[in-house]
Amino acid sequence: MSRIPLPYNSKVMDLFRNPKNLGKMEDATVVAIAGNPACGDMITFYLKITDQQVIEKATFESYGCAANIATSSIVTEMVKCLTLEKAWNDITWKKVTDEIGGLPSVKFHCGVLAVGALKRAIRLYFTQKKMPNPTWLPEEHTFEEKQALEEEELAKTLSKRMKPEAEK
Amino acid sequence: MVENIRELIKLHEGIPHEVYLDNENSSIVPQEVVDAMLPYYNKKAYGNPTLTHKPGWEAFETIMECFQKISRYMGAKNLEEITFTPSETEANNLAIMGSCFAQKGKGKKIVISEIEPINVLQVAEMMGKFGFSTTKIPVNNEGFINLEKLKEAVDKETILVSISNVNNELGTIQPIKEAADIVKTQNPKALFHTDASDAYGRIPLNVQNLGVDLATVSSYKIQGPRGMGAMYLKEGVNLERIIEGQIGTQKLWPGVENTPLIIGFTKASELAFENFNANNAKMRMLRDKLVDGIFSELTDLRFNGPKGDKRSPDNANISILRCEGEALTIELSLSGVYVSSGSACSRRLLQPSHVLVAIGRIFEEAHGSILMKVTRSHTEEDIAYVLEVLPKAVNRIRGIVGSTGVH
Repeated sequence: MSRIPLPYNSKVMDLFRNPKNLGKMEDATVVAIAGNPACGDMITFYLKITDQQVIEKATFESYGCAANIATSSIVTEMVKCLTLEKAWNDITWKKVTDEIGGLPSVKFHCGVLAVGALKRAIRLYFTQKKMPNPTWLPEEHTFEEKQALEEEELAKTLSKRMKPEAEK
Repeated sequence: MVENIRELIKLHEGIPHEVYLDNENSSIVPQEVVDAMLPYYNKKAYGNPTLTHKPGWEAFETIMECFQKISRYMGAKNLEEITFTPSETEANNLAIMGSCFAQKGKGKKIVISEIEPINVLQVAEMMGKFGFSTTKIPVNNEGFINLEKLKEAVDKETILVSISNVNNELGTIQPIKEAADIVKTQNPKALFHTDASDAYGRIPLNVQNLGVDLATVSSYKIQGPRGMGAMYLKEGVNLERIIEGQIGTQKLWPGVENTPLIIGFTKASELAFENFNANNAKMRMLRDKLVDGIFSELTDLRFNGPKGDKRSPDNANISILRCEGEALTIELSLSGVYVSSGSACSRRLLQPSHVLVAIGRIFEEAHGSILMKVTRSHTEEDIAYVLEVLPKAVNRIRGIVGSTGVH
């Protein structure tokens, strides 16, 4: 129950104030969501992917803190013009955190969730296209995807626990 | 880290107006109070009040006058019932730990409400280490304690009940007199403590009429300096010290009395009480303007806590749906409006305010909550400025949310 100071750097603040690639994409190839409003942390990614499996454009919407908004925004910048394979292999939560100039440690999970949403979007592409998974795409969930799932599970538990309270 | 903070502060350059509404967490000390304090650092009464020289005697005289005034404002019978502590946190620790230690062997049960402030909740739970158990009384959706459940909870084993007079987050004014009567009927030996930090200076308070044994008040919560609070202990009630050291004018709190802060707290109390009704009416008017204005500008809001006379006149707590609280506090800050949020975002635990959860708010409503407290020093211009800035800030944050997480 402790509060901690949150010394966001100027890059985080800049992306919070003027987020790049914000908004719904009507003609997105895939749309992926990660997180849950119960956790105060939720991201939607919209990816426009070419037939050559290159991310032409990425946009986002996010319900969350300044770090959540900034990391989502920077991921949409980082993946631009990358092949799905490169995006899958190169974009990790650590890289996102570095790219944004560092985050307070309690906010690392924002980068994790953003990458979790990205990886989910990439998986979804192959599912939707009914294509077999390429060799570089493992069956097993990555760390970021596991974390996103864990957070969503936690949200369910929290919502359940809330119910008897709400009935009072 | 500090470099980042410097940059963050720099982003605020050129803001046209500032309105500080985070009086839950600290406050602006009026110049009058600062002016009253300053001479006590180096012009007079700078001695230790227990020593035999003029600066010491001056300090003694000063502190005794302050004891007298604070005991009167709290409705205590005499000045010996007051102990100055370094804030309400220490006063609550002293009240709870001191009661438990003093009543060792008489019982093992502490009863509190589930919406007590952290410095009651965690201290009570910590007493588990010493063999005490804590029972939490539920509250309804406006934060009022369930008196039936209180009656059921208090038994022969109960040594202490602690319920805040006014809840610090919701402004809910609890029926303390009724609660104390119930407790004393169930077990006359059980002590009753009330954290009155959010009642003092905002609603009529009289510890004798309330029938409580212990009460806490806080300096910064009435625009006094931080680092000062006081505890009332009814004459004849036994309490144990929780820290040891050189005893001076107060047997329950050792160490050299902090005369300038005691003066500051007393001066702040004078300012709050000398025009009590007018101050109270002004806070209520400003608070209502603020709340009504927000509700007329925005939709998808929840008002947290009761309305009308059962709510402290300074408190406004609103959940703004589809708008995460931490992001909103930052956005508002960049326009010079300072508030706090019940959001979990500064915590990895992902647990928002336990008070909002206890009144049945779903987590999303708690994450989007903002807490604002007006003071008599605010002006109508301040409120107008907030009403100009806040809807814009909410709409920008909601614009980022878009269709994500819509319910």
